[in-house]
Amino acid sequence: MIIVTSFIRQSVAGLRALLVLTVVLGLLYPALVWGVGQAVGRSQAAGSLVTVDGAVVGSSLIGQEWKGEKWFHSRPSAGDYTGDVSGGSNLGHGPDLDAAVAERAKQAGIPVQGSPADALTASASGLDPHVTPENAAQQVARVSAARGLPASDVQRLVDEHTQGRTLGFLGEPRVNVLQLNLALQGLTTAATG
Amino acid sequence: MSDTLSGLLTIGVLVVALVVVHVPLGNWMAKVFTDERHWRPERVFYRLSRVDASSEQGWRSYSVAVLAFSAVSIVVLFLLIALQGVLPLARGAAMHLDTALNTAVSFVTNTNWQSYAGESGVSPVVQTLGLTVQNFVSAAVGLSVAVALVRGLARSGGATIGNFWVDLVRSVVRVLLPIAVVGAVLLLLGGVISNLAEPTTITTVSGGQQVIQGGLVASQEAIKELGTNGGGYFNANSAHPFENPNALTNLLEIFLILVIPFSLPRTYGVLVGDRRQGFAVAGLMAALWGIMLTVITWSEVHSAAGPLGSLEGKEVRFGPWASSLFAASTTGTSTGAVNSLHESYSALGGGGALFSMLLGEISPGGVGTGLYGALLIAILTVFISGLMVGRTPEILGKSIGRREITLTALALLVMPALVLVFTGIGLVLPNVRAQMLASGPHGLTEVMYAYASASNNNGSAFAGFSADAPYTNLTLALCMLLGRFVTIALVLALAGSLVAQRRRPATSGTLPTHSPTFVGLLVGISLVVSGLTFFPALALGPLAEALA
Amino acid sequence: MTQTTDRPAAPTPGSSTATLLRQMLATLPQAFVKLDPRHVWRSPVVFVVWVGSLLTTVFAVVSPSWFAWLITIWLWATVVFANLAEAVAEGRGKAQAATLRATRTDTIAHRRGAGGVVEEVSAADLTIGDLVVVHPGEVIPGDGDVVEGMATVDESAITGESAPVIRESGGDRCAVTGGTTVLSDGIVVKVTTRPGESFIDRMIALVEGAARQKTPNEIALTILLTTLTIIFLLAVMALQPLAIYSGSAQTPIVLIALLVCLIPTTIGALLSAIGIAGMDRLVQRNVLAMSGRAVEAAGDVSTLLLDKTGTITFGNRRATQLLAAPDLGTEEITRVAYLSSLADETPEGRSIVELAALTLTDGERAELDEKTEQGCEFVAFTAQTRMSGVDLASGLAVRKGASDSVLRWVRDNGGQVPQGVLTDVDAIATSGGTPLVVASHEPGRTARALGVVHLKDVVKPGMKERFAQLRAMGIKTVMITGDNPLTARSIAAEAGVDDYLAEATPEDKMALIKKEQEGGRLVAMTGDGTNDAPALAQSDVGVAMNTGTSAAKEAANMVDLDSDPTKLIDIVSIGKQLLITRGALTTFSIANDIAKYFAIIPAMFVVLFPGLDALNIMGLSTPTSAILSAVIFNALIIIALIPLSLRGVRYRPSSSTALLRRNILLYGVGGIIAPFIGIKLIDLLVSHLPGMM
Repeated sequence: MIIVTSFIRQSVAGLRALLVLTVVLGLLYPALVWGVGQAVGRSQAAGSLVTVDGAVVGSSLIGQEWKGEKWFHSRPSAGDYTGDVSGGSNLGHGPDLDAAVAERAKQAGIPVQGSPADALTASASGLDPHVTPENAAQQVARVSAARGLPASDVQRLVDEHTQGRTLGFLGEPRVNVLQLNLALQGLTTAATG
Repeated sequence: MSDTLSGLLTIGVLVVALVVVHVPLGNWMAKVFTDERHWRPERVFYRLSRVDASSEQGWRSYSVAVLAFSAVSIVVLFLLIALQGVLPLARGAAMHLDTALNTAVSFVTNTNWQSYAGESGVSPVVQTLGLTVQNFVSAAVGLSVAVALVRGLARSGGATIGNFWVDLVRSVVRVLLPIAVVGAVLLLLGGVISNLAEPTTITTVSGGQQVIQGGLVASQEAIKELGTNGGGYFNANSAHPFENPNALTNLLEIFLILVIPFSLPRTYGVLVGDRRQGFAVAGLMAALWGIMLTVITWSEVHSAAGPLGSLEGKEVRFGPWASSLFAASTTGTSTGAVNSLHESYSALGGGGALFSMLLGEISPGGVGTGLYGALLIAILTVFISGLMVGRTPEILGKSIGRREITLTALALLVMPALVLVFTGIGLVLPNVRAQMLASGPHGLTEVMYAYASASNNNGSAFAGFSADAPYTNLTLALCMLLGRFVTIALVLALAGSLVAQRRRPATSGTLPTHSPTFVGLLVGISLVVSGLTFFPALALGPLAEALA
Repeated sequence: MTQTTDRPAAPTPGSSTATLLRQMLATLPQAFVKLDPRHVWRSPVVFVVWVGSLLTTVFAVVSPSWFAWLITIWLWATVVFANLAEAVAEGRGKAQAATLRATRTDTIAHRRGAGGVVEEVSAADLTIGDLVVVHPGEVIPGDGDVVEGMATVDESAITGESAPVIRESGGDRCAVTGGTTVLSDGIVVKVTTRPGESFIDRMIALVEGAARQKTPNEIALTILLTTLTIIFLLAVMALQPLAIYSGSAQTPIVLIALLVCLIPTTIGALLSAIGIAGMDRLVQRNVLAMSGRAVEAAGDVSTLLLDKTGTITFGNRRATQLLAAPDLGTEEITRVAYLSSLADETPEGRSIVELAALTLTDGERAELDEKTEQGCEFVAFTAQTRMSGVDLASGLAVRKGASDSVLRWVRDNGGQVPQGVLTDVDAIATSGGTPLVVASHEPGRTARALGVVHLKDVVKPGMKERFAQLRAMGIKTVMITGDNPLTARSIAAEAGVDDYLAEATPEDKMALIKKEQEGGRLVAMTGDGTNDAPALAQSDVGVAMNTGTSAAKEAANMVDLDSDPTKLIDIVSIGKQLLITRGALTTFSIANDIAKYFAIIPAMFVVLFPGLDALNIMGLSTPTSAILSAVIFNALIIIALIPLSLRGVRYRPSSSTALLRRNILLYGVGGIIAPFIGIKLIDLLVSHLPGMM
């Protein structure tokens, strides 16, 4: 009985405490971080958006789906880069994954054997903005042929857009597909214009 | 630079950072929880919320306060989620009541299991007012309970183990909030978003459509990692580029996950007046973390041979090394955030993540929960090995008698009982089997992972398992509740029992609880106990898969 | 009267393997009797095996197979072996109890009623306070204190010691035990216990284990073992749905076999035997513990209070030298010392008489003896005066005693104290000896200090090493002595104790115990006198000497039948050994599970997942033989460890870390490896049995 009354009393106190904490942690804290973002990192806070001619064409952090032969393709995605959902295939190693990989290879028109792993595997977010340099290199021939550009120029572009490991050791070498494709478009425009 | 060197350097930098930071942070926390004075904002808080901050509590009233506060939190969060449709910024987000209950329990128990997708399941109001707040206070509750247990060991012949409200508020004000602010700003500068934008559809260069998400992510992301919560703003959690855009933010997030759990042993050492005790606990945590990291990384880097590597379910910017590092850290800390999909890991890699939780979250464990979990293992080890030196077992001069071993044994029994019983039941229920993505051993692991995650308050998942159904939502919620609060009640009772004992002086006949031998024993006992408990189940899941 | 130590106890149970095997065979029927569920229930672990055996029997009857019956038989064997361990341990006690009981035939008591009328009654009719007369050759009818007379008593019935002991009224040697026999002289005994509650009755109950209750640590360990059992029960119960999901449902028999192999049957089966054997080891050393709790506490003792006399030094201080005062010959001091000690029955007094007698001629002695017979008044030693002596009819008063007391007596009677005497006193005291000043006072003259008797305490050989061992064990030794601080320090240094309490009164002793206990230490002490009783009761482990008073024995929680105070050290070792044995076998038991998993799990699922054969690292021949081998190993290891649990794990005093490392290596690592070998060997045999394909 004492425990019950004590529980009720503490619950009421707990409710008041929770309300005060909600103001501090649910309102003031996010507001503070938001405010700092507006002051010192507006671009990052907004989502590292990429604009072309004033129009937002995407975020440098979010991968996109590139259809057609003339673009560098992003990795396979469980969510097709729609952006309203995120996630991966959740396939474990085994026949199901093998089948999915075979299907992806067929879609991309590349062989299972010898292709870079990231070209045939879906990322965790379904929004992976990067491909590996090997993946990009494998696409050079197709893209340059489709655009009628010298393969060496396209490869140079890939090399220019290959980011090394952060600080020389963190993470993996990678190529941002959106930025590569934007540069590719620029190169094409320059070549034809 | 080779992948191996890069991976090892990353781990090295992380370890160095933790080693450097754990001293001041550990000392600071020790000071926070022994400080005689309240800070001005704290006094304002006590006045506003009218809680009694003046007197210390015995273990019973401390427990009642913890349970009452958590119960109120669940009710409030549940109402907030259930009513989100009528609150502002609803965006059509709605949840079934069982999902809402599961979510409320999940965030209050520091589990952050998510049966919903962040993008569509909860409104921004719930994200900030509900989930962000619980990310703080659920961690603070864990921290408070751990400190209460340490007081039980540190004090001699007392009756009280502290004041819950004071511990709660100080955990928030003096520990979590300052680090979270710094962490959030750093993450933001690294590219984690923080805006009030609605999801916007844009037209891509190639002419497609894409939704760009918005939200106050950075603030939630920082405390999600720091409080070892793990509930993602987005479905993909820390794999989502807006939550974890690059290798630096990734390292920072892992650091935030580990920093308090690895600093608490220092706090413990300072509070009991013998820093070597802290080193021993940290030694246990670090050894287990190192072992699990090695298993997972090795398996991800090597066993996934073949043309595919193991990039399914991993981001290119992280690769196998940084993904494995995140996986070992998040499963070892009851965080549950993921930067890669554990279900797509190799059999041993995913099994390693599972086993890392099944160790009872002590490698290094969640905020507070890791320390009290490790101390429970220490008491168990003391009991067995203490006998072998011919004395009634004692830890820090407190003897482990009938009451203490009963409480410890029960506290250690809760999690395995929940995992085994509910995994067993789940696997024979047709509806649960229908929710599984995989079949065979991998499917078994899916279900076991879910209940292990819930019972250990981890929150990560083999996400192929579609858990959003009434039976699984409710049983997982039950596992989270019991796994969290039965353990907490037992730990506080243990604190009460220990604090009442007078401390016996250590002699050369006393079993030293700081020697390398003892640390080795701690590691051995935690591995053997978990291994023996779960070996049959693991044999039919990850082991069968790995040896196929 | 000091008694010899280190002799074997009365009914020493054989420790050779052959004897043990005989004991096991002899107690086998009892092991079957103990299959009664009401008995088995007391050990949760064994109870689970019992239920499992019952279930497999049912399953084996319903669908018989070679495998089912073999498993069933070996599961029952596991329970029987567990019972056997306990029965063998109890059996040893029973043998001792039988010997004791033989002495407790119905004795006729000569009760002295009011007015000195002696009547014959049965010993069973005696009540507390009755006075009984015991003549030579008669058995003392009950426990009590000698109130008149002195007798030699044969206590071999309880102590196993054939040399008779002296029991006399007054002092600390007045207690007699029922069932012992008076050899010479007659005594009057005041009965102090009711029939059926006598020392020998309690002793029988103790060694039989009838009064045995689970000790605190045993209960705690049982709780841990029960928790482990529950965990494994859950793990095995959860395995069936997992197996069904995987498409390989297991038979109940296999699941029960797995369960029995996993739960800590080894320690569960041996736990009570370890406890009984621990008590038994004390009994073998002629120590009776009134509770198992006290034996456990002995392992935890961190402060040992040891009486200097008899424990650290050879019982009694002996006079080794008579130092005459300057200008006096040795003749006078010899005569006076002799005279003053004639009535002094203390060992010191007797030693002075003996020393003096060496130099006195027979004639001189007769002359001196005669003087006292002419009428004199003996002055007894008291704690206040601290001297004794005799006042002769002639008026001559002689005194000997503590230097300050006697010297004050000299000065009070107008005498001068020669500097030489003081120098001698100091020299003796500094050397650790006890100076007794001898003085005389003739009527009409001033008193004179005649010289100093050098009483010397000889530290027993080997004490220093033992104290060093104790220190290594983390036990602080405190020497308790009535000596002055100077003497105490000197002897303490010689013996190598950590601390000493000089000029100790019973109150000082009590205060010291309380102080140590307040610091969280557990205190052990020995005592024999009535004034030791409060301290014995206060200490955590109080060992009363059997020669001591009833009050001391009542207050203590152990009684040493040999009255050998150094045995405290053995008692501590036995306490530790008891705990170590439990810890070691628990570790061993849990460590064994690893190998059993590697035997059984692949066997259960290798058909379903052929890859799991990689876990069959022992290369066991077939799944059925693997499971049976694990079950057989699990049963046989109990038998194999019965000798260890009875004997106890060897305890060598050393630091706790060294001890831990050694035991972890032996019982932890050994416990992991041993079953791999054992199961493999059993499999080599078992695979030839029918039904093992």
